[in-house]
Amino acid sequence: MSDLTTMSAAQLAKAIAGKEASAVEVATAHLDRIDAVDARVHAFLHVDREGALAAAADVDAGKVTGPLAGVPIAVKDVIATKGVPTTAASKILEGWRPPYDATLVERLRAAGTVMLGKTNMDEFAMGSSTEYSAYGPTNNPWDLGRIPGGSGGGSAAALAAYEAPLAIGTDTGGSIRQPGAVTGTVGAKPTYGGTSRYGLIAFSSSLDTPGPCARNVEDAALLHAVIAGHDPRDSTSIPQPVPDVVGAARLGATGDLSGVKLGVVKEFAGDGSEPGVLSAFHESLEALVKLGAEIVEVSCPHFQYALPAYYLIAPSEASSNLARFDGVRYGLRTGDDGRHSLEEVMSLTREAGFGPEVKRRIIIGAYALSSGYYDAYYGQAQKIRTLITRDFESAWQKVDVLVSPTTPFVAFPFGSRTSDPYQMYLADLFTIPTNLYGGPAISVPCGLSEGLPVGFQVMAPTMADDRMYRVAAALESAVGTLTPPTLEASA
Amino acid sequence: MTTTALNSYEDAVSRYEPVIGLETHVELGTATKMFCGCRTEFGGEPNTQVCPVCLGLPGALPVANRAGIEATIRIGLALNCDIASWCRMARKNYFYPDMPKNFQTSQYDEPLCTEGYVDVVVGGKDYRIGIERVHLEEDTGKSLHVGGATGRIHGATESLVDYNRAGIPLVEIVTKPVPGLGALAPEVAKAYVAELRDIIRSLGVSDVRMEQGSLRCDVNTSLNKPGEEWGTRTETKNVNSLRSVERAVRSEIIRQSTLLDEGTRIFQETRHFQETTGDTRPGRSKETATDYRYFPEPDLVPIAPDPAWVAELKAALPEKPSSKRARLREDWGISEIDMESVANAGAVELIEETIAAGSSPAGARKWWMGELARRANETGVDLAAVGATPAQVAALQKLVDDGKLNDKLARQVLEGVVAGEGDPAAVMAARGLEVVSDTGALTAAVDEAIAANPDIAAKIRDGKVAAAGALVGAVMKTTRGQADAKTVRELILERLGAV
Repeated sequence: MSDLTTMSAAQLAKAIAGKEASAVEVATAHLDRIDAVDARVHAFLHVDREGALAAAADVDAGKVTGPLAGVPIAVKDVIATKGVPTTAASKILEGWRPPYDATLVERLRAAGTVMLGKTNMDEFAMGSSTEYSAYGPTNNPWDLGRIPGGSGGGSAAALAAYEAPLAIGTDTGGSIRQPGAVTGTVGAKPTYGGTSRYGLIAFSSSLDTPGPCARNVEDAALLHAVIAGHDPRDSTSIPQPVPDVVGAARLGATGDLSGVKLGVVKEFAGDGSEPGVLSAFHESLEALVKLGAEIVEVSCPHFQYALPAYYLIAPSEASSNLARFDGVRYGLRTGDDGRHSLEEVMSLTREAGFGPEVKRRIIIGAYALSSGYYDAYYGQAQKIRTLITRDFESAWQKVDVLVSPTTPFVAFPFGSRTSDPYQMYLADLFTIPTNLYGGPAISVPCGLSEGLPVGFQVMAPTMADDRMYRVAAALESAVGTLTPPTLEASA
Repeated sequence: MTTTALNSYEDAVSRYEPVIGLETHVELGTATKMFCGCRTEFGGEPNTQVCPVCLGLPGALPVANRAGIEATIRIGLALNCDIASWCRMARKNYFYPDMPKNFQTSQYDEPLCTEGYVDVVVGGKDYRIGIERVHLEEDTGKSLHVGGATGRIHGATESLVDYNRAGIPLVEIVTKPVPGLGALAPEVAKAYVAELRDIIRSLGVSDVRMEQGSLRCDVNTSLNKPGEEWGTRTETKNVNSLRSVERAVRSEIIRQSTLLDEGTRIFQETRHFQETTGDTRPGRSKETATDYRYFPEPDLVPIAPDPAWVAELKAALPEKPSSKRARLREDWGISEIDMESVANAGAVELIEETIAAGSSPAGARKWWMGELARRANETGVDLAAVGATPAQVAALQKLVDDGKLNDKLARQVLEGVVAGEGDPAAVMAARGLEVVSDTGALTAAVDEAIAANPDIAAKIRDGKVAAAGALVGAVMKTTRGQADAKTVRELILERLGAV
C-alpha cells in the first residue's frame, strides 16, 4: 500500500499544490490500490481509469486548479456523470450513460478533484447494507463477512479500504451516516437544500441530500465546502451563503468546546442499541465534557414516530420518482418482441429491472398515496413530520446540537437482516428524524465495539452545518481517527 | 348501442334539462417551457426542443418559469378569480409514453386561481358562467401510432413520440356546472368558449388557436328531468372548434335523452367528438381509469405570489373584450343583437383587423358574417381558419368600392381566395373576373339582346322602362356576369331611345 493512499485529502491537496507529488502519481496509486483490493471489497461498480488519469494530467498541466486539485474522489452511482455509466445499482439502468453532469459533479471538476469511479450502493439508495445492489454487495473492510452499511456502503468502504480519500454519498434516511458509522469513517448529511440535488437520481425528493464522506472531519468539511451552495437548477436549493464548515472543523480540532451545549435525546438513550454502542457513546460524552461541553437531556417525544412516518413519505415519493423507468426512453427494455403491448412491455421491464426492496417500496408508496388512503397514510405522515420539526425547534431553545449514536448496532453479518425488512429499517432509527426535519447531521467514529467501529452522531439546526463540524472535530481530537485493517493479506 | 331512432333535439330539451361544464386547456405562449429552458415554437423537427429536464432523465429537476406563473395569474384576474397567496404544484401519476416522467406536474387541491366568472350574451340575454378554478400544468409529448388503420394505439405496429411539446405550460380553466340553460345550452357553451378565447387573446399570453391545439376544450354534459337531481355526466374530448363545442353539447343531449327514454343508465365516461358525423363515440371508460395518486410536487417550492405584484398585474390588465365590443359597436354603428352574433361567431377581431386594413365597417362585417360565415359553417371550421385573412377581405372590398368587382364577381373572387389561389387582385386577374364597363365592348352585346327580344324592345320603346330588366339579364348572361349592370341598363335605354 502506497503512502499516497493513506494520506488525507488535505495532505494530498497540499502535496500536489507544492509539487511534492503529481496528480497522476496520486491517481495511479489509488487506481492500483483499487486493482489490488476491490475484488475483495467491491466498493466500485465502475472504475474510470482513463478519465481519472486524464483529469489528473490536466491538474499536473495546470489546466485545472482549485482547492482540491488532484485529490481523487469516488462518487456514489446514484449521481449522474456525463458519459460515465450511472446505474443507481439497478438492472433497469444497466449501461445508461447520462448526457449531462450533476451540479455537484461539475463543482467537483471545477475544484480539481479526480473522479476514480462510481461506487456501489443499495438499488436506488433503498437499504442499509448494500445487499440490495443488483450487482452484489460491498464487503466491509473491517470484516469482509459483514455489511458496510447502506445505502452508500460503496463510498464508505472505498474510504475504509484506502481506495479513495474522499467520496460522495447521498442521505435520505441515513445513507451517508450509517455507512460512515459501521466503516469507521466520517459522513455528513448537509442541510436539505444546502447541496444541489440536480443530477441525483431521486429516491425521495423531499429527503434526498448529497453530502461528503471522508476519513476525517476536516476532509469532510473541505469537500462539503466544494459541493455546497445555491444551485438555480434545483428549486429546493437554499439561496444563502454556505456556513463556514472548514473554519468550524479547524476550530473544533483545537479541542475546546467551552460553552457548547450538547442535547442527549432522551428517547434514544435506552433500548434498541447494542451495549457496546451505548458504552462507546457514553465514553464519548465524557470526553466531550472534558473539552468543556455541557450535557443537557432533551426530550423529543415525536422521534419515536419518525421511522413509520419515513416509511410512508419516502416510498410514496419513490413510487412516483421511479415511474419514469419504463423502458421507453433509456435503460432496460424487456418483452419488446412484437407480441406484447406497450403496457405489457413497461410492466415486464419493471418486473425484470427492479429488485425486491425497490418493488416493496413502490408498492407501499403507491398504496399510501391511493385515493381513500392518502389522508390516513401520506397525510398523517406529513403531520408527524411537522411535529418532529417542532421537536427539533424546541430543542434548539435549550441546546446547540443534539447527539446520539449514529446507528443502534455495529456492522452485522450478511444475510442477518434481509429476511425481515423491519430489522433492516431499524438501522436508521437515529438518523431518520434529521431527514424529516431537514437539518444537517454528521457521523464521526467514536470507538470500537467487539473490534468494529461505532459512530457518534451530531445533529444541528438547518443552515448551521458549521456547528456539527465543530463538535465532530472536537470529538475526533479526543478519540482519534480509526485505522481499518489494511487488507494486505489475500483473502 | 342503441337500436331505436334518436330523439329530435327539440323533443330532448322539452323533456330534459341539461347541465353543462367546460374544461379548457390553453397552451401559453411563453418563450421557454414551464420547467426548463427549452424553446416552445410550434412545428420544430421532432425531439429537437428537449433537454434532460423535459425528457425526464434520471436526476433532472424542474424549476418553475416565472412567465408561466404570471400568465396564469393574469388569466385568473381577467376571469375575476381570487389568486391564491400560497399554493403548490402536484404530481398526477399515470403511465403513458408521451409523459416522460410518467407523472404530469399539475395542480390538484391548491389551484393558483379560484372562484371567478365569465359573462356571455346569448339571444339578448346575459349568462354568468362560474369559474371553479384556473390552474397551471405542463403539456405532454405527442404520440404518433404507425401501421394501424385508425392512427390510434390499438392495431398500430409502432409508436413514435415527439417530446417537443412536453413541458410547455398549459393553463386549465374549469367552469362550475351550469344548469338552467335549457335549449340554449349548446349556444351558451360556444359563446363561453368564444368569450374565453377573446379574453385570453386580449392578454397576449397565448395565440388560442383551436385548430393548432393551443386552445382545447372538454365538454361535460348531463341531463335530468325537471325537478330531479342532476344526471351522470359524460366528458367529451376532441372538441377542436367553436362550432364543435356547440355540436358536441347538442349531440350529447340527443344521445343521452334517447338512452334515458329507453331506461338505460348513463355511464360516467370519456367520449370523443367526431368532426365528420357530429356525434360522440365512447373513449376511455372512467371505470377502468387510473387513480392518479396526486401529492404535492416535492421538487418545486410552493408558489407564493406577492400581493403587491398581483395588484400590479391586475391594474395593468387590458380592456375587457366586452367593453371593447361596446366601443366597437358604437364605431361600427350596429345593434346589440348584431354585435352578439359577431362575437359568438368569433368575428370581432377579424372584422376589426379588416377595418384596420382599410375596409368600411359595413363591408368588413358583410363578408365575415355573410359569405365567409356560411362557408365556415358548411366546411365545419372556425371563421379564423376559413382561408381568408382580414387583409384579403379588405382588399376585396376595395375592389368592390372601386367598381372593379360587383357583388356577384366579388363572391367568385372570394371563392378563389379561400381556395388558396392568392390575393383578390391576383384571383380577379387569373380568373378574368373584372367588371366590363367599357361601353364599346358592351354595345354589341346590347344590340344582340335587342335583336333577340323584339317584343321586349318594343315595350321599352313604348316607354315601359321597367321591362329593361329582362334585357339587362340577357346581357349579363352573355357576358357571364362581368358587365356592370348599371352601364348595361343605360346603354339599352339609350339604344332604344327611351331616355
